[in-house]
Amino acid sequence: MRAYTPKDDVQKKSYYTDRFYVSPQVPKQEVESDEIFAADLAAIKTKFDVLDAYIQVEQMVVFIKPNDNYKVLELLKDELEYTQLSEMSAIDFLAKSNSFEIFYQMLSMNKAKRIRIKMTIENGAAVNSVEKLFRSADWAEREMFDMFGIEANGHPFMKRILMPYDWQGNPLLKTYPLQGDEFAAWYEVDKIYGKEAREEIGPEIRDTARVDRYDSDRFARLGHEVPKGTKITGDEPVVEQTYQEDGGVFLIKKFDKESSVVIDDPQR
Amino acid sequence: MAQVKNRLTPFFENITFDREDNELVLNFGPQHPSAHGQLRLMLHLQQEQIVKAHPDVGYLHRGMEKMAENMIYNEFMPTTDRMDYIASSSNNYGFALAVEKLIGLEVPRRAKVIRMMLLEINRLMSHLFWLATTALDIGAMTVFLFAFREREYLMDIIEGYCGARLTHSAIRIGGVPLDIQDTFISQLKTFLDKLPANIKDYEDLLDTNRIWLMRMEEVGTISTEMALSWACTGPMLRASGVAWDIRKEEPYELYDEVEFKVPFSDKGDNFARYRVYMEEMRESAKILYQTIDMYDECVKNNQTELMAHSPKYISASKLDIMTQNYSLMQHFVLVTQGMRPPVGEVYVATESPKGELGFFINSQGGPYPYRLKLRAPSFWHTGILTDLLPGHYIPDVVSIIGTTNIVFGEVDR
Repeated sequence: MRAYTPKDDVQKKSYYTDRFYVSPQVPKQEVESDEIFAADLAAIKTKFDVLDAYIQVEQMVVFIKPNDNYKVLELLKDELEYTQLSEMSAIDFLAKSNSFEIFYQMLSMNKAKRIRIKMTIENGAAVNSVEKLFRSADWAEREMFDMFGIEANGHPFMKRILMPYDWQGNPLLKTYPLQGDEFAAWYEVDKIYGKEAREEIGPEIRDTARVDRYDSDRFARLGHEVPKGTKITGDEPVVEQTYQEDGGVFLIKKFDKESSVVIDDPQR
Repeated sequence: MAQVKNRLTPFFENITFDREDNELVLNFGPQHPSAHGQLRLMLHLQQEQIVKAHPDVGYLHRGMEKMAENMIYNEFMPTTDRMDYIASSSNNYGFALAVEKLIGLEVPRRAKVIRMMLLEINRLMSHLFWLATTALDIGAMTVFLFAFREREYLMDIIEGYCGARLTHSAIRIGGVPLDIQDTFISQLKTFLDKLPANIKDYEDLLDTNRIWLMRMEEVGTISTEMALSWACTGPMLRASGVAWDIRKEEPYELYDEVEFKVPFSDKGDNFARYRVYMEEMRESAKILYQTIDMYDECVKNNQTELMAHSPKYISASKLDIMTQNYSLMQHFVLVTQGMRPPVGEVYVATESPKGELGFFINSQGGPYPYRLKLRAPSFWHTGILTDLLPGHYIPDVVSIIGTTNIVFGEVDR
């Protein structure tokens, strides 16, 4: 029997891991170790449930409940001076816990501090759009929808942004193979010529280094040149290659190596 | 933000359109020379005025975040070159720094100095390229030729260092692969000594140029609130009245040891952005002079280390690999299996020439990043066109796209 390979994470895996290998952790600090972060966290805690909070690599990470996201970000923006939403997206944990982790990367320029707000949502659930607070979420949420299929409730234009509008599948899911699925492989052919043209056109050749030595239409055969379109049989005569015309190169009449100057410095 | 000042009278001023809802939808791109890449702008027009703009991106989407999930960390480095291909070392650096923060690595001082040199050369290259192409879009051919000439000198220096002109891959996780070549400093000095005169040439050509002023002044004004809300960073934000430079505020490498100013303006229009770019070039030159001194100091103090020493994550030097058995074994494991950073998350932002370039890495302890999010500044600088363009006229679109300095390798990733 063939070994079972899980289909919910088809990304590349390490082919060998020492059975006694234990991954180290990026160290986490207590929030209390930083005054500003501690004050911010206290302000969030007075109004919302905080599931977990710590400082990792100089930034505070706060886990909140998914329904609170709009309110928390509003609090951060209006009261705690986190005026910019630098980035937001999702992490696919479907294989592990059938859920996504959403993160909002916030920046306060007055405090020179960065906070990451994180929340876990179930597979298939939607998030509240924060586009009304930060216009940058307009495109970020569209990208998240495009890449993971997570919808943002209240977004004015929930359409794909990087992939074509009529695309099927969400490329950044762990279930989506790196080479694309069948839909991706035949997207252009299906769209332009129709499905029935698949056989005639054939699959896309993705190997850029491919050379077909029996195809004299598209590939030259150095040293074994034949007229274009010739059927290759294998007993073609060897053609000698020369790179210079007889009597030197056409344009250069007298080239004296001794009297010529080589320029080293381009900024002379 | 309707245009009032400095407008030429429309040619068809005697023609009036009867219907108010007479809207024309114009496709600007995806193939348009002044879009600087594959940008499709769907513009809803009332006569020549834009009432609604809808930027459509994704024509250069290569799925870099997906690729990153299927590559070991060192393997991904050349891919970052293809993000902002005008200043690719800054992308290499952003990624390298993020991984270094993740594994908690300290880079040797000499490598830091070389990295700073590369970063500032890249900033100059990017700004010169910006000036050249924007001026060309507006119609100033001379500036284009001048700026490209200077950029060519910088590319020669970089080519001498790493062999590539555009896609450098000149920075490694843990340091730099090579020391700078013998001619590097002298060539750089020659260039820097000439640069002030060159910048003055551009300014003489542009600063009082009537056409340039008409296309730049009070066109594409971005208010501070709008810039913050759209997550604008870099010159886009600084021209809108926020003096925020990550090199200054959250210093990385040796930026806390060099002296430079953060030029900013509170006007927010195209012209303010142009001024910020020009001043930033001067500041970059200042930093480069200081890094040359720092490099000389490193040579004097005999600090020759170029890569961090961390056998678990970083291969040993070539000499060690060739002579020490254990180094060779480690190198073999690091190349075939890849390094395994600790479990954790990191978001690291660096000041690339275009703005805040952030790398978010979620590592689950494997040799491949579990999730890597590339935060490219141009993505949001393209998004802001939705709100920025309405009220402007068609010719302004070109100058606004020019001054936002968007690169589509970075927008689409």
